[in-house]
Amino acid sequence: MLDEPWTLSPAVALRPEPFGALAYHFGNRKLTFLKRPELVAVVRALADQPDVRSALVAAGVPEAQHPAYAAALEGLARTDMIRPREGVAA
Amino acid sequence: MTIAPERPLNGTLVEQFELGLDAPICLTWELTYACNLECAHCLSSSGRRDPRELTTEQCEAVIDELQRMQVFYVNIGGGEPTIRPDFWHLLQYAVDHQVGVKFSTNGVRLTPERAAFLASPACNGYVDVQISLDGATAEVNDYVRGPGSYDTALTALQNLQDAGFSDAKISVVCTRQNIGQLDEFKALADRFGATLRLTRLRPSGRGADVWDELHPLPEQQRELYDWLMAHGEGVLTGDSFFHLAAFGEALPGLNLCGAGRVVCLIDPIGDVYACPFAIHDNFLAGNLLGEGGFKKVWQESALFTELRSPQTGGACSSCTFFDACRGGCMAAKFFTGLPLDGPDPECVQGYGEAALAGERTVPAASQDHSKAAPTRNQPVMLTLSRRPDVLQAPTAPPTSACAESPLAGFVPPPN
Repeated sequence: MLDEPWTLSPAVALRPEPFGALAYHFGNRKLTFLKRPELVAVVRALADQPDVRSALVAAGVPEAQHPAYAAALEGLARTDMIRPREGVAA
Repeated sequence: MTIAPERPLNGTLVEQFELGLDAPICLTWELTYACNLECAHCLSSSGRRDPRELTTEQCEAVIDELQRMQVFYVNIGGGEPTIRPDFWHLLQYAVDHQVGVKFSTNGVRLTPERAAFLASPACNGYVDVQISLDGATAEVNDYVRGPGSYDTALTALQNLQDAGFSDAKISVVCTRQNIGQLDEFKALADRFGATLRLTRLRPSGRGADVWDELHPLPEQQRELYDWLMAHGEGVLTGDSFFHLAAFGEALPGLNLCGAGRVVCLIDPIGDVYACPFAIHDNFLAGNLLGEGGFKKVWQESALFTELRSPQTGGACSSCTFFDACRGGCMAAKFFTGLPLDGPDPECVQGYGEAALAGERTVPAASQDHSKAAPTRNQPVMLTLSRRPDVLQAPTAPPTSACAESPLAGFVPPPN
């Protein structure tokens, strides 16, 4: 996943909260909590970065934590909160 | 901004929720106090419309504000919300403004035409319908909800199914009379392609008058808990049974009191209360018609700030199950006259019964919209029976078969 281009789903809205953000999917009506501000920054950066790794770097996540963040992002992908960016060469 | 104590950055989600959110997750909005029914246990003592109820324009302004605050859906109730003439307009307005709607109804206005509208693309699959039913049979349901209400609810469910509306909810308040019907409720939900939703009976509103007779007995709490553990996957509970967590394993859900932290209630006149079960002056945070609107009440009211400050467990903090149940439901304690930092009246470890047996004063209601004169829809919670002291066989034959005098056979004792 780290080398692929991803983005926030178009059906998802992020609501800032003191602990991070609340993500709501208007399509499947799932509500998810992003429990760290850093994770919110990563998710917001996805669309503007060539791949997930660049989004992590842009959000200032240390490399040692990249696998943990990738796992969190895969969790978000399972409910379509984020999805692979189509039409972009990986 | 909320002036809150320094927030830990890596607490659990529940710890974060206890400190409050910038906007509610679960907001209940009661559109009217008017109702065609007179359910014995109505949380909001509904019946008559309040002349101060929000106008259509004011309701639209509330929806606009919820959209700005990113409150993604509201639970609309009442009273009976569908008898407001602008209900369907407001429903459409909310859906068009990214505020999803789940509304609770007794089904009275869910005609085939309305059901077709709800199933249509106009609602965009963004509307949930919850039909209230408090008995799996007419006998049990109508006992508390009034004659004919069972048939009304089932007709509404049939209309929704026929219109192709998928996944309606059947919303059940669990009582002493219906705990034994859980399997029947599930079968009923399956029959209509619906999802079962079980919630806890609260001693709020008119519920205070009948709670002693209706609330589940201790062994029924266990029955309910075991049933939820076995069937919990496909059944909704609105997180309302977190007091049962003290039986052992927690039920799915947040297992915390969200009052003023993640939930609140907007009543028909725009008053904002800490939770749907706490319509009382003690839990009134403010009115959204004031300056700053709903956002200011939610973020800055003294009451909500207080509810988000660290709470003490009081008498419960030494209990080994305190981490599981967090002392139970604030409203259930308040309306039974128990201290808020003590056990829940239905504490499954038995501390509630002891507390209920002690000195307590049930608080007076601070509002009542019940109908002044009962109508034919009012439930009559009486069953024919004999006086318990004459249940044994009579000791003497009747004076005669036709002696109607109340003094028949009575011989005054000698002076």
